[in-house]
Amino acid sequence: MEISGWGRFPKADCRISFPHDETSLRELILSGPCIARGNGRAYGDSALNQTLTIDLTGFNRMIAFDPTSGVLTVEAGVILGDIIEAVLPRGWFPSVTPGTKFVTIGGMIATDVHGKNHHKHGSFGSFVEWIDLMIADGSVLRCSRTENPDLFAFTIGGMGLTGIILRAAIRLTPVESGWIRQMTVPARCLEHAIEIFERSVDWTYSVAWIDCLAPKKMLGRSSVILGEHARYDELGDRQRAVPYPGTVTRKRRVSFDAPQFALNRFSVRAFNAVYYARGRHNAGDSFVEWDRYFYPLDAILGWNRIYGRRGFAQFQCVLPLSTTTKGITELLEATAYAGQGSFLAVLKRMGAQESRFSFPMEGYTLALDFPANTASLALMQKLDAITVAHGGRFYLAKDARMSSTTLEAADPRLSAFREMRRASGAAASFFSLQSKRLSL
Amino acid sequence: MLGKRKSLLVVGGTSDIAKATAITFARKGWNVTISGRDLTIAQAEAANLEIRTPGSTITAVALDVLDTASFGPLLGSLSALPDAVLLAVGLLGDQVQAQRNTDHAELIMRSNFEGPCLLLGLIASRFEERGSGTIIGISSVAGDRGRASNYVYGAAKAGLTAFLSGLRNRLAANGVHVLTVKPGFVRTRMTAGMKLPMALTAEPQELGKAIYDAVEKRKNVIYVRPAWRLVMTIIQSIPENLFKKLSL
Repeated sequence: MEISGWGRFPKADCRISFPHDETSLRELILSGPCIARGNGRAYGDSALNQTLTIDLTGFNRMIAFDPTSGVLTVEAGVILGDIIEAVLPRGWFPSVTPGTKFVTIGGMIATDVHGKNHHKHGSFGSFVEWIDLMIADGSVLRCSRTENPDLFAFTIGGMGLTGIILRAAIRLTPVESGWIRQMTVPARCLEHAIEIFERSVDWTYSVAWIDCLAPKKMLGRSSVILGEHARYDELGDRQRAVPYPGTVTRKRRVSFDAPQFALNRFSVRAFNAVYYARGRHNAGDSFVEWDRYFYPLDAILGWNRIYGRRGFAQFQCVLPLSTTTKGITELLEATAYAGQGSFLAVLKRMGAQESRFSFPMEGYTLALDFPANTASLALMQKLDAITVAHGGRFYLAKDARMSSTTLEAADPRLSAFREMRRASGAAASFFSLQSKRLSL
Repeated sequence: MLGKRKSLLVVGGTSDIAKATAITFARKGWNVTISGRDLTIAQAEAANLEIRTPGSTITAVALDVLDTASFGPLLGSLSALPDAVLLAVGLLGDQVQAQRNTDHAELIMRSNFEGPCLLLGLIASRFEERGSGTIIGISSVAGDRGRASNYVYGAAKAGLTAFLSGLRNRLAANGVHVLTVKPGFVRTRMTAGMKLPMALTAEPQELGKAIYDAVEKRKNVIYVRPAWRLVMTIIQSIPENLFKKLSL
């Protein structure tokens, strides 16, 4: 069956299985090399394996919830949005969330997702208490900071290449409402955006949407969006009437592939200019529902189809603080110069993080996406080189096309990861098209 | 909520359709009991549904739809007769195997027809005695006309449909409501990986809501996606002489 990641590039004909108990999963693992797949939200080829891709969405039971500690135990295929629906009315929220609620817990651990609060709370992995992992020989190991600590550390951000995540216990964060107090600050240029981030480090959430086709002297023009879980006593009457709003009704769906010409530098420029103008217009304090704040794109189901049938590729890197201004400037300049419209350009401050193979490190992360065509693939190679030259690193959950030499140059942790895979037998049992391409 | 909470017994509580329906009823304030052949699995499912539905009470009992002798004692052991019962057990089986192997054919017939009907018959009499109750039976469009590709399953479901129709006819005057549900294609683990036509394929959640609404409105027979009623009307109206030559 032909499947792909969220970017719909690349596509591959994969044998796919849908087990729903451990016995059948074990038989599959022992039958030959495979990779686990969640809800297909990694952008590239992280969850594609032609010989066997195992869809884990059938493992979708919530197992236990402790309302005093806020620890939730779930099977790996449980969807984040379902967790929010279950725990928010009880006064809890995921401690870290990526930009879509349609991800599985297994996927969130395997990619060690980060959110708008990374500068303050770190990545999702810091809130994982333990993981039950089915390893190459079919046995199940409980992994935590005290039990099998090495395997635990490698599995967080390990791209599913250490084994198959069956269950996990995650720590949630108490909240007094489902509303976010949001403040939007317009930034004239990149330096201004960074200055706003640096003086806003006390805010729990921060992210900037960049108009990446702004005129040259306004490079990095953006809207910095800050947010805080609203306390009950801050809420107005309208919010207090519904302190825990549900999922915002889905209104639109892109159910066809946009034609190739729909997204070009002019339409993207227009979109970004409107977005920036709206940011300026909305500047100041306001309350928004959690769903609108964290998941604006989820409101447009199937938004990945706006790039047309050929799909799109994401580029996301993080640069250390010392090279941020220079490096991000070069990345944005290269993008503007190539005239490749990036529909979404997002900048975010990251905090310090120690990890074996996860993406985040202290600095700034920039995410761009491009239609999957020859010109943008060439541009992305330039962006790779700029990133490596500035000591940056790449987010594998977004990657669909990077070369193994680039990864080698960017990440000194690679050999330890490979060695762990070889020694544990995982290398022979678990691989994806991405891990082959990157020789992981 | 005012007054006593209503209660729903789900027979075959581990299917995706059963779970989605149980969640819909639990969200509307019903107490739900999940039953399954394996008590441990039924309990895990009950815990799952209770976490997913804040404020709900969901319990589990063991019930094997093939163990017909256990039905009487089991119904006697329930603390109270439920207000409604959802019959969601079923076994699609394998048509080719069923043609060759009578044991497999028998298993399909017993799982979809014999067990469900005997159980519903016992419950129906108790509802009749009480003068109230709702019976929801998940049948199938496959029972509307036998086709080469799945007629063993289809025949068993046709039997279930006829049984439900008979119960409805018998109990209408006693205040007992019988709802027959013919889901059509549903995106569940039974159909995972199949390419299904979008207009004819429902999500389990959609089915749960449709069933709840049909109970509220005391409907008799529902197809979840409206297009199915048309499709099945056409399939049923094809003359047998022509139908037998079609590859369906």
